[in-house]
Amino acid sequence: MKIIVAIKQVPARDSQLRIASSGKWIEEADLSYEINEPDAYALEAALQLKEKHSGEVVALCAGPARAASTIKEALAKGADRAIHIEEEMGAFDPLFAAHLLAAAVKGESADLILTGLQSDDLGYGQTGVILAELLGMPHATIVMQVEKSDTGIRVKRELEDGWFQHVDMPLPALLTIQSGISKLRYATLMGIKKAKSKEVRRVTAESLGVSAGTSGISLERIYLPERTKHTQLFDGAPKEAAAKLVEKLKFEARVI
Amino acid sequence: MSVLAILEQRSGQWNRMSLETLAAAQQLATELGAAASAAVLGQGVEALANELASKQLEKVYAVEHELLKDYTPDAYCVALGQVIGRFHPDVLLFPHTYQVRDFLPKLATAHRLIAVSDVVAHRVDGGSVILVRQLFQGKVNADIRLTGDRPHFASLQAGAYRADQVVEGRSTVEVFHPSIEPAQIRTTPRELFRESQRAVDLGSAEIIVSVGRGIKEADNIALVQQLADALGGELAASRPICDAGWLPMERQVGSSGQTVAPKLYLAVGISGAIQHLVGMKGSRTIVAINKDAEAPIFEVADYGIVGDLFQVVPELIAEIKKAK
Repeated sequence: MKIIVAIKQVPARDSQLRIASSGKWIEEADLSYEINEPDAYALEAALQLKEKHSGEVVALCAGPARAASTIKEALAKGADRAIHIEEEMGAFDPLFAAHLLAAAVKGESADLILTGLQSDDLGYGQTGVILAELLGMPHATIVMQVEKSDTGIRVKRELEDGWFQHVDMPLPALLTIQSGISKLRYATLMGIKKAKSKEVRRVTAESLGVSAGTSGISLERIYLPERTKHTQLFDGAPKEAAAKLVEKLKFEARVI
Repeated sequence: MSVLAILEQRSGQWNRMSLETLAAAQQLATELGAAASAAVLGQGVEALANELASKQLEKVYAVEHELLKDYTPDAYCVALGQVIGRFHPDVLLFPHTYQVRDFLPKLATAHRLIAVSDVVAHRVDGGSVILVRQLFQGKVNADIRLTGDRPHFASLQAGAYRADQVVEGRSTVEVFHPSIEPAQIRTTPRELFRESQRAVDLGSAEIIVSVGRGIKEADNIALVQQLADALGGELAASRPICDAGWLPMERQVGSSGQTVAPKLYLAVGISGAIQHLVGMKGSRTIVAINKDAEAPIFEVADYGIVGDLFQVVPELIAEIKKAK
């Protein structure tokens, strides 16, 4: 089974974000980056499928030069090779991102393409589905489990309110993977060593012949949200803060 | 200009977010001086469509086909493509449900356009529409202007619009039969199922103490249990805690768990990703304890303590015991 996993590098979860002077993106200096968490689970799912059915796992990542660290991590965990689309992605919409990914995987003829269900930065939750449509593949989203079947695969999808559903689908197919469905592996020392000699194919939007087109939307500005609710914050020593909170809950909110 | 709300149903029952989308479509249409209509897809959905005949809408379309009985992204996109081709809506609004997340990007891509997903607000500016959506897990907002080619597609976050603001009026129902071939549907959906019977009914709890990632280790959950006990409340959790198996899934609050609205909701070490917030923001009084002052949970909290939960919670338990 040949599996491509699309991964993204995003600012670390606890980052303090500042808006760039352009007003169109965040200030990227001083941020630390990590793999988008849902994509880490997509990578894990791919590695487990490979262990079970043998084959190849190819990591696919669009991002600037710094994304090389996330690619290296994927290779150290067990991906066989990687494709790095070296572009500043910023606030580009998922249609452009998916066009890049689609162009980069042409000719790979993968059986399965996996990616996380959404990114922690832009959060559109669309790149996977768009990629499937551009490649003419069937897709399933918010997938918890993947099993091979006689005719292709059977996946378990998560629905709302605790409901689930199995879906049978032919290959090739694209799946977006839910976060938290398995335990993530760590890279071993041997894995880190091996990663150094693994192939990383570097391409750009230009070399792929993809340019940002019109998509019917334009980003006006980004900004920190204004608080709509007045939150009473208690600071100071934990003991004092706790006492103030309990007083408010008892005499103002009257809930205890 | 015309605005079309695509409403969601399953087995003849409305998804509760459908009426929110209807209210949004009416509001946007009024602001644009345009007409709002609604559509519902499925098999045997005329009765549901008739329920909307008493709303202020230009048209209600019952999009009927036996291949729309069980949802598949392929059949839905074929049907909606024909709805767009026939009725030419300028803006299509959808509830941001799991189902919409599954097919809307495909539908928009087939039109070489992008859908604006998970919208929290809108405004009309100089005749064009600006949609607000959140980035970075709710830490940053983005204003996105709809320009150029139509139709425009947007999905609306749960709770962003209010179902009780749907305007009553009159409408006419039109049944539309799209043409869908079995060969166009590549995936085979099976029966829906649930994995566990719910022994805990968080929905009826008056006080809920909920724990998130900030708790760091399974063993530390005992501390939050003590806080729940001191308050006489139920213990709940955000998704990562249940994913890790530290608490059973039935205690999960959020879009994939339960939706709760207790008298008091106390969030401990929960940053407040939107998937969690939609499940609890209707609570009467919300308290947040978190070390990150910028955490989105403080956006919805009435009271908050910015600090280390491992220091704050023991003090809080002591103070509650004193106060009782």
